[in-house]
Amino acid sequence: MLLTERERLHDELAELVTRYGRDRSSLLFILQEVQRRHYHISQYAMQVIADLLDIHPVEVHSVVSFYSFLDERPQGQFVIRLCRTITCDMAGKDHVARQLENDLGIKFGETTPDGKFSLDWANCLGMCDRGPALLVNQQVHTQVTPEKVHGILQECRQTFGVHATSDGRETRT
Amino acid sequence: MAKPTPTAGVSTRAPASQRSRTAEMLQHAKAMGKTIEVAIDGSPIAVPLGTSILEAAGQLGIRIPTLCYHEDLCLAGVCRVCVVEIEGQRTLQAACSYPISSPINVKTHTSKVRRARRHIIDLLLSSHVGECYTCSRNQSCELRELAAEYGVDFFRFGHVQKPRYEIDASSHAVVRDMNKCVLCRRCIRTCIDLQEVGVLEALYRGNRSKVGTFLDRPLADVVCINCGQCINRCPTGALRANDPTDEVWDAIDDPRKHVLIQTAPSPRAAIGECFGLEPGHAVTFELNTALRRCGFDRVFDTDFSADLTIIEEGVELLLRLKRALVDGDASVALPQFTSCSPGWVKYVEHFYPERLAHLSSAKSPQQMFGALLKTYYAQINELDPRDIVTVALMPCSAKKFECNRPEMCASGHKDIDYGLTTRELAKMIHEAGIDLLKLPKSGFDDPFGTATGSGVIFGATGGVMEAALRTVVELVTGLKIEKLFDHADVIPVRGFEGIRYAELPISQIGPVPELVAHLFDNWDFLKDVTLKVGVAHGTANAKRVMEDIKAGGRFSQCHFIEFMACPGGCLGGGGQPSPTSPAIRAARA
Amino acid sequence: MTFGEIEPGAGLKSALARPPADVLARIDASGLRGRGGAGFPTSLKWELAQKSKGDKKYVICNADEGEPGTFKDRVILGDFADMVFEGMTIAAVAIGARHGIVYLRAEYTYLRGHLEAVLQRRRENNLLGENICGREGFDFDIEVHMGAGSYVCGEETALIESLEGQRGEPRNRPPFPIDTGYLGNPTTVNNVETFAWAVCILAKGADWFKRLGTEKSTGHKLFSVSGDCRRPGVYDLPLGITVAELLAEVGGEDAKAVQVGGAAGQCIPRRDFQRGIAYEDIPTGGSIIVFGPGRDMLRVAKNFLEFFIDESCGQCTPCREGAPRLLEGIEMLHRGDCSMTYLDELCSLGETMQLASKCGLGQTAPSTFLSVVQNFRDEILGRTGGN
Repeated sequence: MLLTERERLHDELAELVTRYGRDRSSLLFILQEVQRRHYHISQYAMQVIADLLDIHPVEVHSVVSFYSFLDERPQGQFVIRLCRTITCDMAGKDHVARQLENDLGIKFGETTPDGKFSLDWANCLGMCDRGPALLVNQQVHTQVTPEKVHGILQECRQTFGVHATSDGRETRT
Repeated sequence: MAKPTPTAGVSTRAPASQRSRTAEMLQHAKAMGKTIEVAIDGSPIAVPLGTSILEAAGQLGIRIPTLCYHEDLCLAGVCRVCVVEIEGQRTLQAACSYPISSPINVKTHTSKVRRARRHIIDLLLSSHVGECYTCSRNQSCELRELAAEYGVDFFRFGHVQKPRYEIDASSHAVVRDMNKCVLCRRCIRTCIDLQEVGVLEALYRGNRSKVGTFLDRPLADVVCINCGQCINRCPTGALRANDPTDEVWDAIDDPRKHVLIQTAPSPRAAIGECFGLEPGHAVTFELNTALRRCGFDRVFDTDFSADLTIIEEGVELLLRLKRALVDGDASVALPQFTSCSPGWVKYVEHFYPERLAHLSSAKSPQQMFGALLKTYYAQINELDPRDIVTVALMPCSAKKFECNRPEMCASGHKDIDYGLTTRELAKMIHEAGIDLLKLPKSGFDDPFGTATGSGVIFGATGGVMEAALRTVVELVTGLKIEKLFDHADVIPVRGFEGIRYAELPISQIGPVPELVAHLFDNWDFLKDVTLKVGVAHGTANAKRVMEDIKAGGRFSQCHFIEFMACPGGCLGGGGQPSPTSPAIRAARA
Repeated sequence: MTFGEIEPGAGLKSALARPPADVLARIDASGLRGRGGAGFPTSLKWELAQKSKGDKKYVICNADEGEPGTFKDRVILGDFADMVFEGMTIAAVAIGARHGIVYLRAEYTYLRGHLEAVLQRRRENNLLGENICGREGFDFDIEVHMGAGSYVCGEETALIESLEGQRGEPRNRPPFPIDTGYLGNPTTVNNVETFAWAVCILAKGADWFKRLGTEKSTGHKLFSVSGDCRRPGVYDLPLGITVAELLAEVGGEDAKAVQVGGAAGQCIPRRDFQRGIAYEDIPTGGSIIVFGPGRDMLRVAKNFLEFFIDESCGQCTPCREGAPRLLEGIEMLHRGDCSMTYLDELCSLGETMQLASKCGLGQTAPSTFLSVVQNFRDEILGRTGGN
């Protein structure tokens, strides 16, 4: 990481700590914001946050590793989470999963080499009446069929700029 | 670092889930003097509101098995081995973490309870990799004891054979084998809550949960201070000290090598526990015989170099005082900190690097002795230092790290080649077939066989400070310290309180002994100075003192502060026998 | 849905018109029990929180709806958010709280904007903020806190840990949140739906609420229905309804089994379809999953166990180690190499998990395994391996 980039991240984190308060109970807010902006919580970010909140870095890591929406490793700009819980399973999530893997060329738990897409499982998304369901970042898609997968991915690719800002994510440029 | 913002009256450092949630209620109730009548296995007992079922049962002489519970640590309630039945409640409750707040009727060994405990032990065994034969803790494993107690005669739910994790032996002090970990989290509570060092924490969740370091880095790459307190509290063999006994045996077996050992007072007071003695029986002189029978060429007393450390630290303090008081040099780092606890030294390096200048420049007794042996001793015995192997018996795991520090070789050779813990030496003695308790007594070897006795008290917290005070007072005033205090034992630096503070007025000067008289032309600058000193043991207490200094509190006005990384000082060191508890540490003093 | 028939603001108006003790009495008279699934009497929880000493009290809305098969809170928050906030405000009146928090699961982040907008509107209309509805000194406001992906945070003490910036690990209880909750303060944590019903009860009266349901399970309940039925969705039905009646309603008459209460609930076989869904018979947080005749019950049990293994916080032994052992048992059954003796041993282990786990997650993790093994022996035993 370039020094300037580090400095920028440090300032950004310091600003977040000021906004949410220099207290342990702000930790999750800060982590969620960092995840949203940077698609993961880097080692450096964890250390800076720990330092600013006066807790141990391992405590930050411990929290990050506990929650499934917080990642230690960089995720794609579009994180696709396919529900694997019972009703979506019964509604055919396996076929959707297979098609996602085929169309993206990655397995679950992986990120495409261009950094655009990550594929992951989710536990019950609360869309059981309209399964199979998946989340693309915060946007939910229901009654997904293998055939619809291509369209969902195309939408992401084409509306990249719009989509990326519509849910508050910042682009990397 | 800024001051932590307190949350709910407790330091934000402690993970709340592992913090005792009953303490508040307990204190509150005790203040009100409220007691409550409960029945445990049919026996009635009145206890203060908030007392745990475990404590209440203990008072009745009813033993409830525990695993994650530890007297020194905050409550976790995670292993569930101590579950009991409370009449009228659907589920079983963990006795360790259930505060009594109503008149309940508790049953500690119904069939439900026994079956649940048995299952829990079976489950722990099902994911505990390792064969007892090859485990360093096979004689002192709490899991094995539980299995025996509950008659486990086969692995009901299987038994993993294949290790899941690589053993982390990166540290000179602590080896972590997470395959043997049963996730009781005692080490976490030791590291974060007791010591406030913050190396170990629970990572991930579900069946992937594990105890880990920041980013799962090897222990040598994180801020571990090597205090080894986690080892003392681990119920299994998941944590152990990095054991150099094979190398020590090799040196003993090598006829060209001259193998010397020094023994510190704390292991001598505790090693008997490894041979079935109750805590508090020193076996110093039997140990000397045992060491010779093991094949060590000479046996020395660390007390000798402890005296040297004291003189050096005392003189250094006088020099700093002179620079500060007479020369008006504002850059003098006062208070001076002791430097003999290597865990403490590393703690300062990691957490208060801006205060390094405060540390006394004196080497620890262990290293001083090593340097002496490889120079002076080699010379008078016409030995090549390369043929000398120096071993130190210490109560400490951090001493293993200390002797491997690259700067610890002033003579051109490693001052100390190997650091042995109390436990490791006990193992060597067992291995050599020596019955320690039946051995005749024998003394230490000369030279260096005589010591003032100051060093003996080094083992307990406050000991170094007491010895230093005695030295400084006697050097400056020519008086025995008992003249200043009615009785030596009432010196306020003694005791087990976490943080202590004392003041010592110097009312007269001289006659100054010849040894140090040359230091200053005039010693009068010390007249009417009130020496202010502090003592802290356990790094959590050390942290309090350091924060007080930073905030300009009374410890910032001190001249000299003794810090020990381990609770209780060296007696409670990370190299001492397991188990440990406040009572055991007090008995060793 | 009943919620649509309630006049906005009527509940709060009624609550503000009477002393807090009366609000509690009214809720008490209605017999309202927690709609999250555990069924703890709401009035008792509020009363304890009200009595608890502390000048800073919290009302927390548990919107960490993660139980497989449950989605009614999503619908309530989407369509009746105002009502939920009104219910939280009533709770604040009852216990004397000034702070409210909605803990919204990360999966529902898309609802956040909507909720914030509703909150803002309520502030503008003096339904939140200072001197609410003109009542001097009644200050109350609500913040939305986001979860970060963890089912166990639906457990109230884990939820509080999570709010405090910790891992979502359930605490030892007692002390309970009503004494020592968020940041050590007295805290009541209630389900989204519970708040909404509290509004109805204040607006329409306890008797109106009690006219439906059973003696011990009064009132309506929202059911989230999914699986093999013709009309999945959210249903507003009286408690005490039998499984068969419910199936007729949703178009799932040919079901071979119904999962009531989600992964933490029970799997009810066809022969028990006359049983009632109520706290005293088959308790539920509202999740109904219908299994058609062709479903493999072993696969169902496997899916649920995998869910628990992933979502367990991992702190206590029975849950962390027990669930994987049960899953291994399922795999053995699937391969057809599980002896009856070992199966019995696993069932006994399941009972231990129910008894000895630290929190509700671990205590309910084995229930589907147990009910499948109990009710579908012929289907799961003696398999010949493979598919």
